[in-house]
Amino acid sequence: MSPDLASSEPLLTARGLARHYGVRLPGGLMGRRATLKAVDGIDFDLARGEILGLVGESGCGKSTTAKLVLGHVAPSAGEVRFDGAPVPVDHGGDWRRLRRRMQMIYQDPLGALDRRLPIAAQIAEPLQIHRPDLSRADRGARAAELMRAVGLRPDQAARYPHELSGGQRQRVVIARALALDPELLVCDEPVSALDVSVQAQVLNLLEDLRARTGFAALFISHDLKVVRQMADRVAVMYLGRIVEEGSPEEVLHRPLHPYTQALVSAAPSPHAGRRRARIVLRGDPPNPVEAPAGCSFHPRCPVAVARCRTERPPLLREGRRAVACHLAQAAGGGFAPAPLPSAAVSGAAA
Amino acid sequence: MPTAPLPASPRDLHGASPAAGPAPSAAPLATLRGLTVDFDIGERYVRALHGVDLTIARGETLGVVGESGCGKSITWLAALGLLGPGARVGGSAVFDGQELIGMRPRGLDRLRGGRIALIFQDPASALNPVQRIGRQIGESLALHRGLRGRAARDEARRLLDRVGIANAAQRLDEYPHELSGGMNQRVMIAMALAGEPDLLIADEPTTALDATIQAQILDLLRDLQAESGMALALISHDLGVIADMADRVAVMYSGRVIEEAPAGRLFAAPAHPYARGLLAALPDIEGPKRRLETIPGSVPPPHALPPGCAFAARCPHVDGVCETAPPPLRPVPGAPARRAACARLEALVRPPEPAPVLQRQEQRA
Repeated sequence: MSPDLASSEPLLTARGLARHYGVRLPGGLMGRRATLKAVDGIDFDLARGEILGLVGESGCGKSTTAKLVLGHVAPSAGEVRFDGAPVPVDHGGDWRRLRRRMQMIYQDPLGALDRRLPIAAQIAEPLQIHRPDLSRADRGARAAELMRAVGLRPDQAARYPHELSGGQRQRVVIARALALDPELLVCDEPVSALDVSVQAQVLNLLEDLRARTGFAALFISHDLKVVRQMADRVAVMYLGRIVEEGSPEEVLHRPLHPYTQALVSAAPSPHAGRRRARIVLRGDPPNPVEAPAGCSFHPRCPVAVARCRTERPPLLREGRRAVACHLAQAAGGGFAPAPLPSAAVSGAAA
Repeated sequence: MPTAPLPASPRDLHGASPAAGPAPSAAPLATLRGLTVDFDIGERYVRALHGVDLTIARGETLGVVGESGCGKSITWLAALGLLGPGARVGGSAVFDGQELIGMRPRGLDRLRGGRIALIFQDPASALNPVQRIGRQIGESLALHRGLRGRAARDEARRLLDRVGIANAAQRLDEYPHELSGGMNQRVMIAMALAGEPDLLIADEPTTALDATIQAQILDLLRDLQAESGMALALISHDLGVIADMADRVAVMYSGRVIEEAPAGRLFAAPAHPYARGLLAALPDIEGPKRRLETIPGSVPPPHALPPGCAFAARCPHVDGVCETAPPPLRPVPGAPARRAACARLEALVRPPEPAPVLQRQEQRA
């Protein structure tokens, strides 16, 4: 399904979205106060029925973005609009009504489920809360239908979460998330805790359900392979900002930003063989409390130039492609991949 | 994306490489034979490991891959006597001529952390949070190399340098919480190196790390191996990591090794239906996007294994013969370096020579 951006207003828009936390640096009461910029001004749109993949390493702000989208935390700046209206963050009536239309799936299904309730009751719970007009029998019938849709057997209805496998639990979470026919699913590492064979089952299930119900999704994962499988569009985050955006094929096969280039080259794949060159970045991602000046990637960037240390590159857009890098600009306009490092390219043998 | 072909790695030239130790005909560094583990669950024992046979040559990287609960970690914990009193270990684990199963604790203590080192997934919980890094490395150096004081500190600094930690002298006085996850894993590796091991057992060493940090740690392990000639048993659920690192791969399922093969061959053409299923279930970055193939069902629990092949209920090639007894690990027809535990190998594995269309038609006729 390829949503037509031009014809309809996006389901979700984020503009200048930021979330800062006040923290104290180590040193107890003497520690200096500082600001942790978990999300630092991001813009994105999500069309109806579209899946936007959000990738990046721990601490890059992907999960905070999910919380901002759902209205779980208030933005420090900017706003999120869902279907044209700002997402409320007061957890009041408007927020609850909106939450019927946006649901979430997290990494750990056991943590997301109530251990003391049989699974059918948990799947029916959103109906109980948001659809009091339905009779108990109708709710039961809908829960049974949802269980069938996610591949759970009717005889499992009375089971408790601990009696199910990890994959089955994630199916319960998915069934519950879909109970109210949401327009938006926020999936934060939905298959990261699952074994490979079960991960494939759940990914196929999400694809099938999406084809049937047409939900849009913000799909967060550190696994590029999984994101490519699921997403229509990918945004790469680094230290609270989007540094690159485009279709999965563009971003993963012709990455523009040096960070994306390194990320893609570092993703191990048994299919790619062992002859793939790898860009090994030096150092760790910097502490988001003390984000470097200029381009925040410059201390680890193998091809950074003087300008990168002082001048922060804006996220420039060109059609469906976007990149924030001084070195990813083509001479005649448009984008070109940043030059590959010569010394930092280390082969499999390194 | 950088995809330029690179010269073959030293590991590819394994037998001929000086770092790789003696010729392949020499006795392996470690040999596991019929290793079993039974866990005490109160009234009875449940068998978690059903007779694992594995070998590692000097300097070799053996990848052990499988899903959660397949026994890939307890294999090595059992061999090193680290499972505790609730587990009954049987079979044999010989390291450089010495039998480890039933060895006295003093003998094991000399080997563990010394000639055999272990690193785990979560370095933050493997390190002592209230001791400085330098002291923790120093402990290993005192135990296995008799170094103390100045000499131990100098050696600890050299090791931190070696694993790529900048400011090694300063880091010695820091605590694990002051270091990032990737740095702590480097400290763990430095501690493992302190005993100058012949065998490093790395259990999911990069699973908790970010992709770019994982690449750094895998590179480091490769460098250290090339330099010191130590063997590496790399345990991982990540087929990509295994493909990247291993010379030889063992695939485990439900407490058994179900396939063993040189890495390149395994990933190019897995023989066992489970190994095939795993590879087909994995999404890929390259190539055309396809619908993932799934393995139906889930792994049977260890206390309710079927009498036959543990994979039978999920296997697309299942036959009556699969349900009688667990199939033994045996050579794959036409590929003596590979072994697989499948009763239907003959029907599944194509003949080794590329069969032209004509020939196949003849066979059919």
